[in-house]
Amino acid sequence: MLGNLTLAAIPYDNPIVMGAVAFTLIGGAVVVGGITWLGKWGYLWSEWLTSVDHKRIGAMYIILALIALLRGFSDAIMMRAQQALAEGAAHGYLPPYHYDQVFTAHGTIMIFFMAMPFLVGLMNIAVPLQIGARDVAFPFLNSVSLWLTAVSFGLVMLSLGVGDFSHAGWTGYPPLSELRFSPGPGVDYWIWAIQLSGLGTLMTGINFVVTIIRMRAPGMTLMRMPVFTWSALCTSALIVLAFPVLTVTLAMLTLDRYLGTHFFTAAGGGDLMMYVNMFWVWGHPEVYILVLPAFGVFSEVVATFSSKRLFGYTAMIYATVSITLLSFIVWMHHFFTMGASATVNSAFSIATMVIGVPTGVKLFTWLFTMYRGRLRFTTPMLWTVGFIVTFTIGGMSGVVLAMPPADFVLHNSEWLIAHFHNMLIPGALFGYFAGYSYWFPKVFGFQLNETWGKRAFWSWLVGFYVAFIPLYVLGLMGMPRRMWHYNNPSWQPWLIVAGFGAVLVLIGILCQLIQLAVSIRDHAKTRDLSGDLWDGRTLEWSIASPPPVYNFARIPVVYDRDAFIDMKQTGTAYVRPDEYFDIHMPRNTGVGFIMGMCTFVFGFAMIWHIWWMAIVGALAIGSCIIARAWDDDVDYYIPAAEVARTEAARFRALASAADAERAVADNFRMRPLPELVD
Amino acid sequence: MADTIVLKAACASDGESLHLQGVAGRGGATRILGRRRGGRRRLADALGLCAALALSGCGRDQLPVIAARGPIALAERNLLFTAAAVMLIVVIPVFVMAFWFTWRYRASHPKAPYKPHWSYDWRIDMIVWLVPAAIVIALGYLVWTKTHRLDPYRPLVASRLPLRVDVVAEDWKWLFIYPGQKIAVANELVFPADRPLSLRLTSDTVMNSFYIPGLGGQIYAMAGMQTRLHLRADGPGSFVGRNTQYSGIGFPDQYFAVHAVSAASFRAWVARVKHAPKTLDAAAYAALAKPSTRFPVTYYSAYEPGLFDRILHKYTARMRAPVPPPAPHPGGN
Repeated sequence: MLGNLTLAAIPYDNPIVMGAVAFTLIGGAVVVGGITWLGKWGYLWSEWLTSVDHKRIGAMYIILALIALLRGFSDAIMMRAQQALAEGAAHGYLPPYHYDQVFTAHGTIMIFFMAMPFLVGLMNIAVPLQIGARDVAFPFLNSVSLWLTAVSFGLVMLSLGVGDFSHAGWTGYPPLSELRFSPGPGVDYWIWAIQLSGLGTLMTGINFVVTIIRMRAPGMTLMRMPVFTWSALCTSALIVLAFPVLTVTLAMLTLDRYLGTHFFTAAGGGDLMMYVNMFWVWGHPEVYILVLPAFGVFSEVVATFSSKRLFGYTAMIYATVSITLLSFIVWMHHFFTMGASATVNSAFSIATMVIGVPTGVKLFTWLFTMYRGRLRFTTPMLWTVGFIVTFTIGGMSGVVLAMPPADFVLHNSEWLIAHFHNMLIPGALFGYFAGYSYWFPKVFGFQLNETWGKRAFWSWLVGFYVAFIPLYVLGLMGMPRRMWHYNNPSWQPWLIVAGFGAVLVLIGILCQLIQLAVSIRDHAKTRDLSGDLWDGRTLEWSIASPPPVYNFARIPVVYDRDAFIDMKQTGTAYVRPDEYFDIHMPRNTGVGFIMGMCTFVFGFAMIWHIWWMAIVGALAIGSCIIARAWDDDVDYYIPAAEVARTEAARFRALASAADAERAVADNFRMRPLPELVD
Repeated sequence: MADTIVLKAACASDGESLHLQGVAGRGGATRILGRRRGGRRRLADALGLCAALALSGCGRDQLPVIAARGPIALAERNLLFTAAAVMLIVVIPVFVMAFWFTWRYRASHPKAPYKPHWSYDWRIDMIVWLVPAAIVIALGYLVWTKTHRLDPYRPLVASRLPLRVDVVAEDWKWLFIYPGQKIAVANELVFPADRPLSLRLTSDTVMNSFYIPGLGGQIYAMAGMQTRLHLRADGPGSFVGRNTQYSGIGFPDQYFAVHAVSAASFRAWVARVKHAPKTLDAAAYAALAKPSTRFPVTYYSAYEPGLFDRILHKYTARMRAPVPPPAPHPGGN
């Protein structure tokens, strides 16, 4: 009746796991209780859970990402604590099988449920606003993508208390991830969580390619698109091209585990090398899927807070596009040690270093944007400058790894761990944090607290160096990754220092939580009345904060790359249109949410081999699709009169903004552009 | 410069310890991997030693990647240094510009020039594309030559024939088969320091990665497949080799002792193994292959001929066909 699921699946005997479960349940109960106490269930359902508004979906993606960040970071600090303790006869506080799940969960969660939702959330928030659109091309699909991602994270969280999670590393290399070596449900949790969220990501990719290609405002040619939108386009293209490979690879592993095929088992003629190749054919583009949107954020932030046009826009775009293309021909550098010929290894090595060229161009482009600018060191700008310096070190350690003979002595070592964290923490996460503080006032209409934001930045930055520079040293000392204990006293001091770095990062995260609480408390005082808090350069700053549901009352016409700066200079930024028209908008729907829940049931049933429940779940998903296909009531018109009322309020706010905003953010404002120097 | 180094290695096995004292002239009779030791290598050695001393109070032994003790490891280490040094051509300007620009063009410094519309200069564009491209071309040449020269499959040129050892990864231990000596050893690799090592590797379990820090290189060992690795030590010494690819709960303890010894000591060691009571028959192999941690160093005075190839072929699709005769092992006896 319940497949492999028995009461024994709940790890009562493991106090650490049960503590985590209790913590999660208490957190969930507080949220549910709070919503009930405030009587907000109806509001939550009608305004958020069923929303197809890209801004709200984006915000929900980022909330998911922040929750996943807390979970993923808990795993990280547990690992650092374990390794700081477990030298020689001391075995730390985590048993080996639990430690192995922790590092697998850390990687899986950080990539699939922290980074991916964060960047998709930022794309959702910024892309339609930057291109002058009223929503994405497929708003309902957007809602489905969100809920597939959210319930997949739900499956990962469920694995804490019901069964276990994969121990085979986030890459899940067979044969270790095959039934013979991993008979439990852990690997199945891993498979279904990333398979289902991957489908959501694929739909997001399709959605944004179509949105960006088809829905730009008149006048916005490709070479007038904001750089963030360009990077979102490249990331979406990478998603569309790369994620199907992951889907197929996981499907083959699923067949191996469920139906006894031998795609990747050595016995029976399967080939684990095929898995490793296919995984990284997806996996390397995935790195750029994570990094490119952050690069886009940095480009927006550096131009805005230098109060200066982005240097070398064309070079930046060519660099982004060439990274996109090159990212598909470097995958083998993840396994130079597999025994490929020297010629093959050299070819992939050189291709890898070639990617360094456009990446270097981007770095210099940001630096020359600052050159002769007027730099305002707001929180987003701090993240950007911190990124430029830190990322360069990661690039240096990466070029070392890209050379096969040097990789032979550093592969699988702590050097590798230090390297990719040195790319992804500044290169992706700092960018997401910059985007979070940059666009937060746009989405919610009030500013995040700058003091706590800066405290968070400095804790993260210093914490990063203290946590990861020791890992470079440990790599040179020959310490491999993924050790739950070790017998080498000379490693321990470095691991203790690294653990201290993780504590500093924890302080950074706490600062961010405090920042959010303080900002909500003070929101009445920090309202953004003008909609243009930072003296922005692109279209999202031309409308109110928060934007009305339809974003643009009249679709703007674009004449320049910095479309909004151009409007402000030509005096067309705040001109009230003569008339308004009815606006065609998508209607909210609960089908996406319900489909997500059915997918959760289906995934859970597949993990535990509860076949009847899997069939019910699959049929329910199919019914949702059919019901939605027959539903003709998917859109509505906002009458022109209502638009006029909303816009009138906006212009009243603008009129009072000049005074009010001076009090809020005077130090960030740049008054009308001064005379040209050149 | 220390042309001769004295290594004292305690080589303990079966409760008996064997002390070796050897004086090794490096860069001596056998020339490996091209050019003679020159100024560049001297500089790299000095840099390595400085880095080693700076990073560790315990001396060179704690930094096997930098304090290489074999020509392969040394060449790999030198490439690491070269790549890092070349990258400084980009890294230093980025650092200088990042700190200089953020200080000079801060908004609170109104005297700094401000050019809000300046957004292109073809000279800068040329420099930022062409200088990194030139670096990549230079590094690309370096990669091509070094990767071929340091190909783990490439037999080492030496005045003495290499020692053949067949390596099998097990859960969570290592089996070393010496076809020339007709002996097998678990969790200990002993070889004469004056001969290169020629390894064939496979796995009788999940994927492993075979690595001896300080001696050089690393290569995967995979079931049903054979990989190759060639290594060499500068002189007598002891190392710790291990699996670096996570392979399950016993992974952290999957290490083995490595001893490069004098020719005479090697002969004595082989003779000792030959007198060991155990042989690696089917039952002994089954016991060895059973997942376990902290498997003791075990000597087998004999093994069933063709063992390595049988392990290799039991995973392939051809398993039902007769096992082909073992391919001649290139490089030495």
